Amino acid sequence: MPQLSFFRIFFIAIVCFSSLLFASPNFFYSTVDRKLNNPTQTSSWPDFLPSTLVKLGLDLRGGVYMLLEVKTDDVIREKFDFLWTDVRSSLVKKRKELGSIRRIDTSGDQLKIEIGNPENIDFAIKEIDKFNSSTELFSSRWSGSVQKDILKISSLENMITITFSDEQKRTLEKQVIEQSLEIIRRRVDETGTREPTIQRQGRKRVLVQVPGLGSSEELIALLGKTAKLTFNEVVSIDSSSNFPAKLDEIVVGSEQNNDLFYLLKKRPVVSGENLTNAQPSFDENGLPAVSFNFNPSAALKFGNYTKDNIGSPFAIVLDDVVISAPTIRSHIPGGSGIITGNFSVEESNRLAILLRSGALPAEIEVLELRTIGPELGRDSINAGKLAALVGGLLVLTFMWLSYGLFGIFANVALMLNIILVMALLSILGATLTLPGIAGIVLTIGMAVDANVLVFERIKEEIKKNSTIYNSIKIGYEKALSSIVDANVTTMIAAIILFFFGSGPIKGFSVTLGLGIITSVFTALLITRLFIDLYMLFYKPKVLRV
Amino acid sequence: MLLRGLFNQSKEIQFFSFSNLLSYISLGAILVSIILFFILGLNYGIDFRGGTMFMVSSSEKIKVSDVRNTLTGSNLGDVSISQATNPLETLSAGTLTSTDNIFIIKVEKTEGQNIETKVKALLLNKVPDIKFLQIESVGSKVSSELVRNGMLAVLFAVISVLVYIWLRFEWQFALGAVFALIHDVILTIGVFSILRYEFNLSIIAALLTIIGYSLNDTVVVFDRVRENLRNFKSLPLLKVLNMSINNTLSRTIMTSVTTLLALFALYFLGGDVIRGFTFAMIWGVLVGTYSSIFVAAKILLILDVKRNWDEKDSKAGTQF
Repeated sequence: MPQLSFFRIFFIAIVCFSSLLFASPNFFYSTVDRKLNNPTQTSSWPDFLPSTLVKLGLDLRGGVYMLLEVKTDDVIREKFDFLWTDVRSSLVKKRKELGSIRRIDTSGDQLKIEIGNPENIDFAIKEIDKFNSSTELFSSRWSGSVQKDILKISSLENMITITFSDEQKRTLEKQVIEQSLEIIRRRVDETGTREPTIQRQGRKRVLVQVPGLGSSEELIALLGKTAKLTFNEVVSIDSSSNFPAKLDEIVVGSEQNNDLFYLLKKRPVVSGENLTNAQPSFDENGLPAVSFNFNPSAALKFGNYTKDNIGSPFAIVLDDVVISAPTIRSHIPGGSGIITGNFSVEESNRLAILLRSGALPAEIEVLELRTIGPELGRDSINAGKLAALVGGLLVLTFMWLSYGLFGIFANVALMLNIILVMALLSILGATLTLPGIAGIVLTIGMAVDANVLVFERIKEEIKKNSTIYNSIKIGYEKALSSIVDANVTTMIAAIILFFFGSGPIKGFSVTLGLGIITSVFTALLITRLFIDLYMLFYKPKVLRV
Repeated sequence: MLLRGLFNQSKEIQFFSFSNLLSYISLGAILVSIILFFILGLNYGIDFRGGTMFMVSSSEKIKVSDVRNTLTGSNLGDVSISQATNPLETLSAGTLTSTDNIFIIKVEKTEGQNIETKVKALLLNKVPDIKFLQIESVGSKVSSELVRNGMLAVLFAVISVLVYIWLRFEWQFALGAVFALIHDVILTIGVFSILRYEFNLSIIAALLTIIGYSLNDTVVVFDRVRENLRNFKSLPLLKVLNMSINNTLSRTIMTSVTTLLALFALYFLGGDVIRGFTFAMIWGVLVGTYSSIFVAAKILLILDVKRNWDEKDSKAGTQF
């Protein structure tokens, strides 16, 4: 007769009971969801029950999925541009010894300098080496730690090549990405959406998921802008861009007038990172504007600059376009000011958000963008539920018709199986997607496999005229190796999907994988328990499987 | 019970009497699939081709040619428009009503917000009550990565399976199983190139699940082959294989039927979004069941296996 240890029954009962407990909120999704959203209101969902819901993927609840790439290479290129202006002005002073000095190959992540007198190249290298511990190079756009020996300097005949050390390049990339993440997070938070997820993916990518957002346009308007704000000295203004620009000067177009160009000093007087606050407001004419405050050190710089340059124009530059160039009328000592431009109220709001959250250290590119409307998501849930229900009923009926009482045992195990999957999804905080629902439905179909393997073996043993008890025992023993092999192979597929898949597909691999584990558990333990109990209490003389 | 004893046939079916013919058919189907793949290619979705897809709905019927002309003249690259089945034809409670027409519009270009805003404006102009259900935009950089990752995933799955079966059985079994998998994957790709169903990320997921399922079937048969090889040491291999397939036949059919029942429910009721996926799965279950009997076992027969299975062999089955 079968052995029924207390421990075995206790263990199975605990697992079943707790999974029922943890899965239960999902069967009353809207009630529990309402309770979670308004914790103060009284709810029909009791407090003592768990209220963790399965997280629904964007394809089920609607929202925006966005994969961004941070262009870290641009930052490195920009660093070399800065370095070149500094190196050049220091080398020019020694022109007698070095001869002509030229930068060649301006693209890429290195600085190549050609000098006229190759015999004095060591002298030039010594000059350049002085910049090696210059923190100036790194402090302009972000505040990160800088190691010594950041530059690798090598020479060949009359050519000097300067690159960043690999370690420095990695640190630089890391800093840029981390700061971008932080700024993206601040900007997304400003949209006031619930539970956005922002995570780093791979080396220089960021994944942004905002559930419940119906359109991606506002999000792109917020994330697509670098929002690099600078206040620059104006050298001259003209209607064509053909300025004789010096090395430390730059030609910039105008936001308001396509035929207006400014020649500006490259190094800004003050820049956006010194802002302490920015708010949408209105100018003296009642037009939308943005007011701002500087931190004390920038306020001092700005104050001094305005005092010395009363009467001359001065440019407010946002992402390499002059948004306005007012004339300084008086000394501005307090470190606060107002930016006017051709803004709508909406635009001034957005600009204030962008300035408050800070400039992105590098441009970002949208690689992948998926927007799912809430209607489609809701319909997908309904369709998935219906398919699961109908598919489940068909399988239950088929099992019952094929195996009779044992089929019913398998069916109860199957239902517990689904509850177990739901409970595990809730506990693990995994995301349920539409392919995830497909995974559950597929699990319904495949979960009975382990039971079928066992039942068929039992049938064979009965045919061999074994005793009832032995048929069951041997049936389980012999089926075990098939069950293990069959499920390990499917598990391999699920694991590979988990690592190679993205978004919804990952959701499929999660439910498929969990379904495999729970179906083995239910077939080997729960169905077995039912059969043993049946044997113990009914003591059948003939076994009909 | 109604179905009880349905598979309790006492007569052994001779699976290998037509096996040569079936081998030629299988090889032919593989060849045709490969040729079709190179001639017709696959109808890649934007996941793999890059581009922007709009899923829209409207209560009026959209004049496809009208919309196409508007979009084609707007410098958006290739434009394609097709009508999708309304998932609500089968549902009563939904947000959309069953009279809504759902269309899928694809344009070649992606460039972020510009394309989205532009197409939205153009469509709103033509169809005032249009609703945007889903918009997807995949850049060429990501799409080529997705293609690479998809192929890698399938390749990786096949290799890990090869290794697993090799460890648990013998190399002949591993080759048989892997050949059956390749057979299934190639035939699925062949069907997708004939039927012109969209080939996207979810089809890769289906391919991997088919690999898992087909293997599941093959392994159950192989497991029995190994057992019977031990028990009937002097029986010819062909007879052992045939006996093993017969032993496991009712299980093979039961599991295929329950899986197919669930899949058909998904196919007809699960909505348009996963219909391609379920189609691939249904096809995969059918082909996978066939291949585990007629491809995997046939390869085993051709390769021949060692007969001196030692019970104390460390690779023996029931040791988990």
